Order: sequence, then structure tokens, then C-alpha cells
Amino acid sequence: MTAIGTRPAFLMAPALAWLVGLMVVPCALVLALAFFQRGVYGGVDYTFTLENFGRVFDPLYAGIFLRSARIAGTATVIAVVLGYAAAYAIASCRRSLQPVLLFFAVLPFWSNYLIRTYAWIVLLNREGLITQLLRWFGYEGEPPSMLYTEGAVIAGLVYNYLPFVILACYAPLSRMNPELAEASRDLGGSAFTTFRRIILPLTLPGIAAGAVFVFVLSIGNFVTPALLGGGRFQMIGNLVYDQFLTANDWPFGAALSMALIGIMMLLLLVQAYASDRASTRTAPVREDA
Amino acid sequence: MAERSAAARRSGTAVLVLVFAFLYVPIAVLVALSFNEGGLPTVWSGFSTRWYVSLASNQDILSAALNTLVVAVASTAIATLLGTLLAIGIEMRRRRGTVLEALVFAPMIIPDIVLAVALLSFFSMLDVTMGLHTIVLAHVVFNLAFVCAVVRARLKSFDWSITEASADLGASALTTFRRVTLPVILPAVIAGALLAFTLSVDEFIIAFFTAGAGRSSTTLPMQIYSMIRFGITPEINALATIVMAVSVIALAISQRLNRGMVGQ
Repeated sequence: MTAIGTRPAFLMAPALAWLVGLMVVPCALVLALAFFQRGVYGGVDYTFTLENFGRVFDPLYAGIFLRSARIAGTATVIAVVLGYAAAYAIASCRRSLQPVLLFFAVLPFWSNYLIRTYAWIVLLNREGLITQLLRWFGYEGEPPSMLYTEGAVIAGLVYNYLPFVILACYAPLSRMNPELAEASRDLGGSAFTTFRRIILPLTLPGIAAGAVFVFVLSIGNFVTPALLGGGRFQMIGNLVYDQFLTANDWPFGAALSMALIGIMMLLLLVQAYASDRASTRTAPVREDA
Repeated sequence: MAERSAAARRSGTAVLVLVFAFLYVPIAVLVALSFNEGGLPTVWSGFSTRWYVSLASNQDILSAALNTLVVAVASTAIATLLGTLLAIGIEMRRRRGTVLEALVFAPMIIPDIVLAVALLSFFSMLDVTMGLHTIVLAHVVFNLAFVCAVVRARLKSFDWSITEASADLGASALTTFRRVTLPVILPAVIAGALLAFTLSVDEFIIAFFTAGAGRSSTTLPMQIYSMIRFGITPEINALATIVMAVSVIALAISQRLNRGMVGQ
């Protein structure tokens, strides 16, 4: 008998059963679906085929994958640069101020995702704030079309996931031993060298975590491309949506979902590798952190 | 980081001003326009609360809000119970299991569209009639993972020997849990529950796929999504403001109860 007189397995059982029954089994089912054919009238024809995975690499769909990867990649780079700069600035503030700044940096993250995306429609539409600001500065021409562009999708993704990057980068920055940077400076390293050789490697796990998070959530995103991007097949998430709800080709939709899961797992492995490498190479963190 | 030049401090401040403007201007514009008198959704014409009044008489929105509340309360209650037990179970175990960790982490990272189509396939293959109950089943999946993460963070610093002391003094397992373990983890449990509630209130895609046909199980995010598809209206601005206010209040309470949760 253990501490509270109950076995851990017994305590974990209900939750694990829920996760297996309503996540593992359904996901395994989708994986299985991907190996069958689409029925003539929609539905599933249970004949084994690898065709669905082949179609993922069809130029039409591969193009959507590449575009999704490009959009997600651009959003990731912008979010990481902005988020790292913000986290660095927060970590450089007075200790007492840091939790407050961090709280307000993360606060928008907890408001509704749809609403945060909608806010960008309000901002970018033809009569929105940006157009009005331009008018106020004397711009007389046609309002610029900013909504329903790739740029709008990227802005929306960066906006939605920036708080997480700030959080992920702040954690290692705030734990960093300031004496390391000082030692580097004392030994003659320039500010840039100190940043590149000391601060950046030490905070790489945070950057990796933030980047993987933004990329994974962006590439599988459905709402932002649907609302800010216009077109139907903007990104993979929309393509999956379409296979299940309009095209009624579940096996192909399943193959696309599995491709998404594959990308996600690959990136998580890369992230695990990055933080592993960082932890074997880096110096001890400050004791009191 | 100490001893920074004035220039470095100024650029740090500039970065923070820019980033906070980026984060808050869109929301501020939205909130401001929800009090706009005129019908044009983006042009200011005077202060008014008429859109909040008109919301209160919109039956579709009210029933969607009620559905959302039902789903959020039910899924939060189940997830809080299961997630807390799971957290205690995991932290009690001496061994670390990779499979277990992955299973508990997966709901937080899996693309929601994938979980959504997986559950849709699953439910339709089992011929389950979908509705609010299937949304609850689905929401518990990710909610319990988040509750578990918050409670586990609290348990990391928990001294298990006090539960042994309690058992040695003759307390039953249940008494020990009620009088020793629970008081220690209660703030985290409540914080986790509030987090789960917020996530469930806001969740759109999984609810959309597991709600089944028919308007009777439309939740608030589904309602908002279909309204946004039809274009910008001042009514959405007002609704958005209320929904954001509710989330922010829930988060603020959760933060107070569980300081440092943000750092997880």
C-alpha cells in the first residue's frame, strides 16, 4: 500500500481510459481509414489501398502542403523574433515588474481564438482602422486590400501565437545566470558575441519549444485561413475540413490528418533533440532560479 | 541581467511598447467599436450600449450561450475529477513512463482539426447520435490533460511523507486525501478547473465536428463563427467583448489562486 492507501494505477485508470477511448482509439481509426478506398457514394469502401497517401504527394495537394509550410514557417520566424525580443526585454526589467509584464503579454492568449482572429478582420477590412489611418494621413486612393491575403493569414497566426513564444523564451532567459554573460564581457567578448555564444545557446530550448508550437498549430490551422485568407483550400487544415464535411472523402481526409500528425511528431523529436543538446552543452543555471 | 546601458534600456522599452501595442490595439479597437452608436461596424459615430441590449434579445445567441455553459460546466466537472486523480497517480509513481507522459501530453499538442475528424469518424462509425453530450465527451479529453498539468506542477513540491504520517496516525485513505492532500492541491485544482472552463467555452473546431446536425447543439463559438462568416456587425463586437471579459475574469481568478502557473 502506498501513501494515501490507493494504488496509482487505480487513480490514473479513469482518465487513461478516457484518453485511450476518446483519443487513441479514434486517432487509430483515422489512421486505419487512410488505408481504405472512398466509397462510390461517399462513405468508406473497405478495400486496402495506399492511394490516399499517394494523393498527398499529388502536385495539387503537395502544393497546398508547401504553401501551408511556407505560411506557417513565415509566421513562426516572425513570432520567434518578436517573441524573443519581447521576452528579452521583459527579462531585462526590474524583477518585481517581470511577472506583471508577463501576465499582460499572455493575457490575450486566453481570450477566444475566433474573436482574436475576428479583431483582425475589423482592423484590416476596407473601411477598417488601417484604411482610416491612411485617410487621416491624407491618402485619397482606393482602400488597400489587406484582408483575404496571405499576409493577413500570417499576421493572424503571429498575433494568436506570439504570447506563447514570449512565455517559452522568457523561461530560460529568466533562469539564466547573469554572471555567464558578464564573464564573457570581461573576457573581451563583444555584446554580439556574448549573445551569439552564450545567451542564444542557453535559451535555445525555449526558442525551439516556441517555434515548434507556432509551426504545428499554424500548419494545421483551420480558423485563421478560413476567416482571414478567403480561398477554400488555403491550408491543410481547410483541406482536411473539406474532405470530411464537403467532399465526403474521409479516407483521403484521414491520410491528410495522418500527414499532419507525422509533421507534428517529427518536429517534436527535433525539439527534444534541441533541448537535449542544449542541456548537455550548457553551464549550470543559477541556483535560486 | 544587470548593468545595462541607457541605449539598451531604451531599445528594450521600445520593443515592449511595440509588442504590447501589437497585442492590444486589435482588441481595444474591437471593444471600442462595440460601444459604437452607428450601425456601421467600423466607423465611430457616438457612444451607445444598444448592441448589448440587442444581444440580450437575440434568441440564437442566448441558446448558444446556454449550450456553451452546459458543455463547459459538465466537461470541466468531469475533467477536474479525472485530471486531479491522474495527476496524483502519476506523481505517486516512482517510475517515469515515456508512453504515459506522451499520452498525457498529446491532447495539449494534437492539432484540433485532427482530433475533431477522428472523433467525428469514431462517433459516426459507432452510430452515436451526436449532440451536446458528444461535445462534452470530446472536451474532457483536452481539459483533463490541462487540469492534470496544473495539478502536477503543484504536486512537484508536495512532501508525500506527510500522507504517510497521516496514515500512521490511523487516518483512512479517504480522510488522508480530504484532510492532507486536498488542502495542499486545492488552489491548483480550482485553477485547473477555471482553465478547463475557459478552454471549453472558447473551443470551436472540435465542438463543430462533434455537435452533429441541427441547430439545437450550436455552441457560442459556433454561433460566433457563422456570424463572422456573414460579415462584421456591431453585435459581434459586443458579444466578443462579453466573451473576452468572461475569459479574462476566469484567468485572473485562476492566476490569483495558482501563482506562477503562467510559467508552466
